[in-house]
Amino acid sequence: MTTQDATFARPGPRLRASRRRWGEDVVQGVLALFALISVATTVSIVVALLFPALEFFAEVNPVDYLTGTDWAPLFEPAHFGVLPLIAGSLLVTGVAVLVCAPLGLGAAIFLSEYAGRRLRSYLKPALEVLAGIPTVVYGYFALVYVTPQLQYLGVPAGVFNALSAALVMGVMLIPTVASISEDSMMAVPRELRDGAYALGSTKLHVATRIVVPAAVSGIIASYVLAISRAIGETMIVLIAAGGQPNLTLDPTEAVQTMTAFIGAIAQGDVPTGSIEYKTIFAVGLTLFVLTFAMNIVAVRLVRRWREVYE
Amino acid sequence: MSAVATRLRTHDRGARIRGALFVGLLLLSIAIGFLALGTLLIDVLSKGLNWTGATVDRVLLLESPSADPAIAGARPAILATIYLGILVLLFAVPIGVGTAIYLEEYASKDRWYNRLLEVNIQNLAAVPSIVYGILGLAFLVRGIGLGRVLLSGALILTLLVLPTVIIASREAIRAVPDSIRQAAYALGATRWQVVSRQVLPNAVPGMATGSILALSRGLGETAPLLLVGALTYVSFDPTLLGDFTALPIQIYQWIARPQEEFRIPLAAAGIIVLLMILLTLNAFAIWIRNRYQRTW
Repeated sequence: MTTQDATFARPGPRLRASRRRWGEDVVQGVLALFALISVATTVSIVVALLFPALEFFAEVNPVDYLTGTDWAPLFEPAHFGVLPLIAGSLLVTGVAVLVCAPLGLGAAIFLSEYAGRRLRSYLKPALEVLAGIPTVVYGYFALVYVTPQLQYLGVPAGVFNALSAALVMGVMLIPTVASISEDSMMAVPRELRDGAYALGSTKLHVATRIVVPAAVSGIIASYVLAISRAIGETMIVLIAAGGQPNLTLDPTEAVQTMTAFIGAIAQGDVPTGSIEYKTIFAVGLTLFVLTFAMNIVAVRLVRRWREVYE
Repeated sequence: MSAVATRLRTHDRGARIRGALFVGLLLLSIAIGFLALGTLLIDVLSKGLNWTGATVDRVLLLESPSADPAIAGARPAILATIYLGILVLLFAVPIGVGTAIYLEEYASKDRWYNRLLEVNIQNLAAVPSIVYGILGLAFLVRGIGLGRVLLSGALILTLLVLPTVIIASREAIRAVPDSIRQAAYALGATRWQVVSRQVLPNAVPGMATGSILALSRGLGETAPLLLVGALTYVSFDPTLLGDFTALPIQIYQWIARPQEEFRIPLAAAGIIVLLMILLTLNAFAIWIRNRYQRTW
């Protein structure tokens, strides 16, 4: 059953404890109780989102919610079409991934294939600093630095626009992509590289035709996780992307994402039980389902490459 | 290797150039990240420090906020962030370390519920922070009627950092070699004696480093506190069961104000203080790791 029992099973039952130690059971019980808190958290999240969301969908047709192109919950008459918010999230996410996918992959290849052990031990933590900067700071940077710079460069962007929020978010996500991709590249066995070198490959060929294809599920997992993080990120878009729901593909326009909507409406003192209050949970549930699905995919992918080589 | 390698070097000049270009591209992709980081820091520093009223001094001197940007400070926000940090450590470390011990030392990997527990923690680590805020709003603030108080904020940040603390603690426990456990068992130690006297003392540096790094992430979070109802204007010092604000919230509130003076320099100065707090925490965590961590 346990390591201890398995290891000492052969000498027979004499090696058992001479008496029952209740203290040991109490300790194990307390520890299991602590572990249960994280299960309770998940259950609470689902319950907290689901029930108010169900009340919301009793008043708003779910089909209208998912296919409606007009999001105006605070207006008369109110409209509850979530597509503009989803489009806003996807627009920002798409541009952010265009930034972090190539840069993160490049950083991962460099760290795994080109940097020596010493250089890597400095570069990796330094890159991680990017992930440790609070998102409110990135939002500030997008609003007061990146947007004016974009305007200066002639990009027709307003004070609030999806582009600067997405660019900054992409930079924030570089370490996410780099560290997971690098882990999967480091897991590629040395023999594969040596084999390729023996056949006369250059370092470039080994990196791009051996290591990257062999690590591809880890790389995809890092992208999926980056997308999930981008969709769930709140402060950058709340500060820099604007506050109007906007069904558009133009990143220079202001958009509102799902997270920014939740963040914005929560600041007002919304009365409990009102339809505005319930929108928080309906949109929150949509966000949770989307990110949850992607996390499952990422976990599966990471497990796959671990199984192949270890 | 190098002696052989130089002789074996390709004579294909095109391949050498392509190789060099590729390395250049890779270096560029790393450099862009650092360039952005440097620009951000310089921009914030120049906006927050370059001010006739010595803004950082005043924010650091813990003045209370004000509608007048010329005399506004962030005393309640800074204090609340410190209180939040202490509370989150008090709650998250015992629970996180306890869960990690359970998973590493007690749980049998063959049982479905233990595997479920592991997957569950992985998923929790990737749940968007604002969803934790919704949880806090529904259960703590409205559900059990705790209200928009500091304790609600601390509890939600605890749940938010818990998966990270658990994952870091598990790694620290796993790094303790099995031979130490086996030796202790051979001397007749019970399981808890092995854990408490052999495994834990050796895993403490790794756990401390992981927990402090997780705390530093948690204290920088804004979105969950926004939903738990950290107020944007609090002029009194925080108490456990009173209204509160926090430094990231205060910064956000200054950014969101229409008057330019709140964004520059006040928000920038607040950011400098926040980054200083978080960097100190990170540096402390890394110092612990370098000072105390053993490798077997």
